[in-house]
Amino acid sequence: MKTTLKLITILFATLLISCGGKEEKKKEGFSYQKKAPTEKKTTEKAEKVPASKQIDLSNKGVGPIKSLKLSSEIDEKMVAQGADVFKKMCTACHRADKKFIGPAPKDILERRTPEWVMNMILDPEGMVKNDPLAKALLIEFNGSPMANQNLTEEEARAVLEYFRTLK
Amino acid sequence: MKNILKSTIAILSVLVAFTSCNNSGKSDGKSGALASNVAEKVYVAPGEHDEFYAFISGGFSGQLAVYGLPSGRLFKVIPVFSQDAEKAYGYNEETKPMLNTSHGFVPWDDAHHPDISQTNGQLDGRYVFINGNNTPRIAKVDLTTFETTEIIEIPNTAGNHSSSYVTDNTEYVVAGTRFAIPVPQRDMPIKDYKGNFKGTLSFIKVNPADGGMDIKFQVLMPGFDFDKAHPGRGKSHGWFFFTTYNTEEASTLMEVNASQNDKDFIAAVNWKKIEEYVNNGGGKKMPANYAHNVYDEHTHMATSTMKKEVLMVDPSEVPGALYFLPTPKSPHGCDVDPTGEYIVGSGKLSANVTVHSFTKMLDAIENKKFAGDAYGIPILNFEDVLAGAVEQPGLGPLHTEFDNEGNAYTSFFISSEIVKWKLGTWEVLDRQPSYYSIGHLMIPGGNSQKPFGKYVVGMNKITKDRYLPTGPEVTQSAQLYDISGDKMELLLDFPTVGEPHYAAGCPADLIKPNSKKIFKLEENQHPYVAKSEADTKVVRDGKTVHIYMTTIRSHFAPDNIEGVKVGDKVYFHVTNLEQDYDVPHGISMIGANTSELLIMPGQTESFLWEPKQVGVWPFYCTDFCSALHQEMQGYVRVSPANANTPLKWSLGEDIE
Repeated sequence: MKTTLKLITILFATLLISCGGKEEKKKEGFSYQKKAPTEKKTTEKAEKVPASKQIDLSNKGVGPIKSLKLSSEIDEKMVAQGADVFKKMCTACHRADKKFIGPAPKDILERRTPEWVMNMILDPEGMVKNDPLAKALLIEFNGSPMANQNLTEEEARAVLEYFRTLK
Repeated sequence: MKNILKSTIAILSVLVAFTSCNNSGKSDGKSGALASNVAEKVYVAPGEHDEFYAFISGGFSGQLAVYGLPSGRLFKVIPVFSQDAEKAYGYNEETKPMLNTSHGFVPWDDAHHPDISQTNGQLDGRYVFINGNNTPRIAKVDLTTFETTEIIEIPNTAGNHSSSYVTDNTEYVVAGTRFAIPVPQRDMPIKDYKGNFKGTLSFIKVNPADGGMDIKFQVLMPGFDFDKAHPGRGKSHGWFFFTTYNTEEASTLMEVNASQNDKDFIAAVNWKKIEEYVNNGGGKKMPANYAHNVYDEHTHMATSTMKKEVLMVDPSEVPGALYFLPTPKSPHGCDVDPTGEYIVGSGKLSANVTVHSFTKMLDAIENKKFAGDAYGIPILNFEDVLAGAVEQPGLGPLHTEFDNEGNAYTSFFISSEIVKWKLGTWEVLDRQPSYYSIGHLMIPGGNSQKPFGKYVVGMNKITKDRYLPTGPEVTQSAQLYDISGDKMELLLDFPTVGEPHYAAGCPADLIKPNSKKIFKLEENQHPYVAKSEADTKVVRDGKTVHIYMTTIRSHFAPDNIEGVKVGDKVYFHVTNLEQDYDVPHGISMIGANTSELLIMPGQTESFLWEPKQVGVWPFYCTDFCSALHQEMQGYVRVSPANANTPLKWSLGEDIE
């Protein structure tokens, strides 16, 4: 672990140096107990798995959506609507395929139930309060809260359908 | 034994003293407020809501404050006629046009008489209208957003004081001039006032669909001072009543010269008759110049339009439109009871409160019982229109409000008290002191056909020792009395913002359900909106730079900007992407010669920054929005005026 950290530090330092500005050379700065990127975290012990990587396909979360059956067919019309809503309401904090302010929704249904996803969209405050996984996510993502963008249930459902296409 | 007797007597006398003290406490404000049941009456438990809204004018602060009753808690100060750095009102680019007038940008006024819109003579909780006294204006506050959405300047007017009262169905909001002036304005000797100066009464049509205001007509009156006004209610709907003073038409040493006549007038205006006359082509179009400023909730912007014409009506050309009711001694308050029968004129230098009868007035008109005329306007006989008088109820009567049980409550400035009296019998029922020198008073709905007679709020001119001292300037204040019983009971003192001239109260249930929580992002039509981070950009147009920026918890996009130069005019157009209740964001830029912005969810606001120094300058969020609020910050690089730094913007990556 210690070696990994050292390696990362060296890697970062190299990166930083190569990134020097045109007008003024960027100072190297310093690092004090800098968090290792989550990707590098060990997966040896189950409880050490970050919330964003944990798989829980039974937890439906806490919120207005109690049960939801997805049909095997993807509804393309809904996907188009969902993509539009996602672009307008969510991209300030989420990129489809990479971590930004919040986690990426790519492959989300391999990790979460559809109900959990919709409840997180429709009532993030309630989820953070009542769902341990949502709470752990808040901490993992620097305490940056998921904003309630006041989507209708129909819009949230469309966003979910859009998420099904992100693979 | 003797000792026991002595101590028993001592204890008894102490007890008696306390008991009697308690009894007298009922009529004495200070100890009355000590009673625990009084505290319970104004106690609104944490998290609970008040029963009434009270909109209390801020007087020389130019604003309108929103309080809860009975708690007296302050919820919001709505900026109306004055710039407000807290909300960027009059500072941001969107609301600057709200304060435009024919005299240019006037960032202050003296806000006086709020009045809530009505339907069928009852409060409907849609709008509050309020007048600016100094540079004559009428403003409309929308009660879904609690923001000023319209201001119309009143031409041919000075000292816009007998304003801004609404008719039974908000057909009109009415504004009257206090200071007579040359109409149209011209260069002439002041001493030629008499007969040459005029007053105008303005009838502003209110669009029933959206509340839009438009001056339908002005009535050209003799050069009296028009002090206060009240629309007819119910049976007298269609009439409007204005008190006058200075019927002497003096222009100097007014405190003596305007108090010579034994009686001045209440002007009774049959506005329905004039409306009909105007609808049939009556009146003369007169050149004018006045601002009409409208805020659009969808573009989140105000526009100011200069209007160039107003329709003037000479009442002598409309028979039956106007009469004078003689009323003793410079009447101030002009108040009509909920039935519309009684018109109360409070002669401020008179010993009595004079009450006219609408029925008798119609009868006197019918039978042409005229005592003469003033500039062609018939004067009715005082005795023929008099319903009665409240004999010597106190000193310096000013204003009267009504409950729903046929009682009137009049404020007395000089004797510093509220007097409750009975309509019809004119008998005084109760009196309670005010601390000190009460001006206006307000019962929720107390100037409508349907008063909610539970509380009266007294608004005082002097506070002196009522609060902890704060130097020579002490707080303005209001006092709340319970009027549900036979006797009034003082419950609470609470401070107000600025001098409270009148107030309007309304059951919370009429307003609360309509209060907006957010602005919908999809409905945002601001010309510089960025509806998502994909829309953010920086655009240079000569020396002007427009930054299309967004905010969400907890970052700005973009947050690194380069390519701005000294001497540029940089507009930050900031859209709050949040769509959740109570998540505003703020923004401020070091050295900007303006206030911060405070942007509600879904709203766009803009401010101007003119960088004067080379460097890298930070901006930040001014409203604590999340645990990462302190991280909500960004930089603008400012290069010399002749530099070639390319325009770049980014979020989450280094600028290369």
